[in-house]
Amino acid sequence: MDANELLAWARGPGFDIALTIFVAGMLLRLLEVLALGNKPDLSPPRGSGPKGAVQTLLSRNLPRKAVFDREPLRIINGYVLHIGFFIVLFLYGPHIVLFESFLGFGWPALPSGMIDAVGAITILSLIAALVFRLNNKVIRFISTKDDYVAWTVTLLPLLTGYMAYNHLVASYTMMLALHLLSVELLLVVAPFTKLTHMFSFAMARWYQGYQAGRRGVES
Amino acid sequence: MSAPSVEKGIQAIKGQIDAPVASFFSACVHCGLCAEACLFYTETGDPKYTPINKVEPMRRIWEREYTLFGKAKAALGLSKKVDADTFAEWETLVYDGCTMCGRCSLVCPVGNDISDMIRKIREGFAAAGYAPEGLIGASTRAVEIGSPMGVKLPAVQAQIKHLQKNTGLDVPIDAKGAEYLVLLSSMEIMNFPEYLEAIARIMHQAGKTWTIASKAFEATNSGIQIGVSDIAKLLVSRVVDAADELGVKTVISPECGHAFTAIRWDGANLIGRPYGFEVKHILEVLDEFVKQGLIKTAGMEDAKLTYHDPCQIARKGGVVEQPRDLLNRIASNFVEMEDAGEMNWCCGGGGGVSANERADELKLTAFNRKKAQLQALGVDTLVTACANCRLTLEEGLEENNMDIPIVGLTEMLAEHLVEDDKEKA
Amino acid sequence: MDDLTLGERLRQRGVSRRGFMKFCAATASMMALPPIMIPKVAAALEQARRPSVIWLSFQECTGCTESLTRSHAPTIEGLIFDHISLDYHHTLQAAAGDAAEHARDEAMKKNWGEYLLVVDGSIPLGENGNFSAIAGVSNLEMLKEVAEGAAAIVSVGTCAAFGGLPMADPNPTGAVSVSDIIKDKPIVNVPGCPPIPTVITGVLAHFLTFGRLPELDHLNRPKVFFGQNIHDRCYRRPFYERGQFAETFDDEGARKGWCLFKLGCKGPTTYNACATAKWNEGTSFPIEAGHGCIGCSEPNFWDAGGFYRALSLPHANVGETILTAGAAGIAIGAAAAVLNRKRKSDAVDNRETITIKDLSKES
Repeated sequence: MDANELLAWARGPGFDIALTIFVAGMLLRLLEVLALGNKPDLSPPRGSGPKGAVQTLLSRNLPRKAVFDREPLRIINGYVLHIGFFIVLFLYGPHIVLFESFLGFGWPALPSGMIDAVGAITILSLIAALVFRLNNKVIRFISTKDDYVAWTVTLLPLLTGYMAYNHLVASYTMMLALHLLSVELLLVVAPFTKLTHMFSFAMARWYQGYQAGRRGVES
Repeated sequence: MSAPSVEKGIQAIKGQIDAPVASFFSACVHCGLCAEACLFYTETGDPKYTPINKVEPMRRIWEREYTLFGKAKAALGLSKKVDADTFAEWETLVYDGCTMCGRCSLVCPVGNDISDMIRKIREGFAAAGYAPEGLIGASTRAVEIGSPMGVKLPAVQAQIKHLQKNTGLDVPIDAKGAEYLVLLSSMEIMNFPEYLEAIARIMHQAGKTWTIASKAFEATNSGIQIGVSDIAKLLVSRVVDAADELGVKTVISPECGHAFTAIRWDGANLIGRPYGFEVKHILEVLDEFVKQGLIKTAGMEDAKLTYHDPCQIARKGGVVEQPRDLLNRIASNFVEMEDAGEMNWCCGGGGGVSANERADELKLTAFNRKKAQLQALGVDTLVTACANCRLTLEEGLEENNMDIPIVGLTEMLAEHLVEDDKEKA
Repeated sequence: MDDLTLGERLRQRGVSRRGFMKFCAATASMMALPPIMIPKVAAALEQARRPSVIWLSFQECTGCTESLTRSHAPTIEGLIFDHISLDYHHTLQAAAGDAAEHARDEAMKKNWGEYLLVVDGSIPLGENGNFSAIAGVSNLEMLKEVAEGAAAIVSVGTCAAFGGLPMADPNPTGAVSVSDIIKDKPIVNVPGCPPIPTVITGVLAHFLTFGRLPELDHLNRPKVFFGQNIHDRCYRRPFYERGQFAETFDDEGARKGWCLFKLGCKGPTTYNACATAKWNEGTSFPIEAGHGCIGCSEPNFWDAGGFYRALSLPHANVGETILTAGAAGIAIGAAAAVLNRKRKSDAVDNRETITIKDLSKES
């Protein structure tokens, strides 16, 4: 298959299959979780569950000082990684076109040069995350194959996107095809790895926050 | 009934997994920050104490029982099983190396409540026969005798006699229609009898009616610690039944950590119906009395002192400001340790660890965290509001040749109580 | 047919030496040859004898011929074109019918192994090749026959090079490209719908100068003309970089000449010389005129999801895909949920109450 054929497949059946598996897969995981139910709490509440849930949804976005002081670099790197990824994904013109096509609305884009720089920083941050994972004894101990698979499928779209934009290694058409294919790989793999956290983090924060709000405790 | 078995253990864990637990396992990204919050990891440096690792057997069961993908993996032989070896290997992580202090739950970036998962996974370990001997013993004594330390009513009555002699005050037993039902922990009855005396004087000064129950004086709930809901229910029912029978308005949980959790948050869910009475921690009651002007204090401690937040009362119970408001009235040199408040470090002995002799060495190693906090401050006195914390801290201080006396907050407050018949300096 | 060299012919037509050298310099520059090559180009073209060229038009629209021969004034490209011995060309030849076919046969016999075969239009394979026939001979047969004695083949236009419009889904005539049929001759593809005139003459000039075809890419297109994408040479690129896009054909962005990415421009994945050489002797090219590049020099550009569908969009309607997948996910999820509930309630219902006697392992 040459670059044009690969690109046509990636924009055609490839995308359909990948998006279908992603959406269906994530919904499946979500329903599998919800099905297990949550027994209502009969103890008298001290505060508001929903308020606590919302507060926790927001509060966990920042680290606690006690933990931050112990692992500042690793924690900061986590932020760089995520924020960089979101900037590249959501603020690059051609990407916004995609979101607009099914959301019905778009938003302003950042200049490509900035996206390119942020992309490079994010790739470096991902590499740093891998280095941390391999060298920190706690994370190395609890890591499984899943962590490395998730890392790889997250890196590839960033890397191929950067390479396409900068005309590295292969023709633009080929790199764009590889970029789309790597995104499709990410979509297909995501529901079966820890990448489900992109949705389940909200559920976890909500559940713990709700109980904390009810009990009037910090969360 | 029937003998414990791995199968029973797995079934028990299966029954404990609910939507929150499933969402936690789905959200965990193996960031390892929970370890940085857990004193068992920070003081031993052993990554096996990473909180999310402690509940790995539950994760395996969740994945293979409750996810399609997990079922497929299991069918292909690609996932790890949970068997006798798993239970054996994880027993010390689930019991010895965890006090359910909840610090990990607070720091998890995705919002996982790992300490709650520990509580749930213990159901499986106990059902499989992998609960520590110490806790089995405590639970047995609690069920059969009425107290995990084997304290019977006569011992309580003896304490009461002492109290009557000292203060001239009466301790009502089974007084119907009293406003408050006061619970005690075995630890207090055995080691810190000043508590009951303090209660008696404070209640008298505040002009409140109160009582203890002869059939349910014990607050400590060993069922929570060992992780067997049936036993927890049995124990908490004694208190509920007594409170209902005596028609009290409020049940007061004493200076004990998990006792508060058991009666305040778990009880209604264990018995399957809401209470007909309120539950408050003694610190909440004291704070109320002070703020309502029912009791007054006089004089200040001038020793440099600090306050240790018992996990179940502060972080898990929400009683953080009240002890500080009370202390500030009676202490002129109250300094806070680093991480004070909701993020304070566990004493290392809660959640059943202190009843588990096998965990003694680990517990003392974990104490190094509290030691560091105290040494950084250089205090003369340590105040706390949990008898189990108190004992654990005393043991740790002794082991480390640190001469810092520990006082219960209620007891200290009572020392500064302004009583109508006699003035206290 | 006379035996004038190209140089003699041009002088006959009144082209001065200076004019000729200017053309050679322009041609050399177009082919990205260094200035030192200009005398070589001039010398070669000066001496070039008339190669025989047979031009076969198959399933085509004649747009390629129109493009190549469209000139408002006699251009030197046109004169070069005149210089080749165009022994067979449907549109341009005077002869018709048997006489035309006879002329072709003769040219082939006389120049066997040396003539240049130029093809425009795709070759239909359906119905035994009978969707397109000339003088009773299917395009397929004629191509094979003529290709056998050709020195090289030039596939002009995307139809001949890659199949073009006729090959677009569902390809009712079974159209294929020249390369799909001829495997044993050097083929140069000069795609475009149509190709730029100067591109085709540049290829011919290269052939005349060096006696061989220019360096080709993986799709057999001359790298010198098809080596860069439109995007990299597009004058509107700064707007792409700044994230300023026209949303419709007559909005403010369109009027300000902003990037046409959102209106489906395929510039980034299209390799051609449009942004530099442009059309109509450097007048303009589609993007400059306000319409996005449709990618006409690339294979299967008709089936690339739509001219007005941005490159970062898949062919399908994303919203619909999400909804369908959502329905599937809810269905599977509901089934899994029911299974989970049953498993959990079984575990909860079948649980035996634990007493203190059930805590110790029998050992």
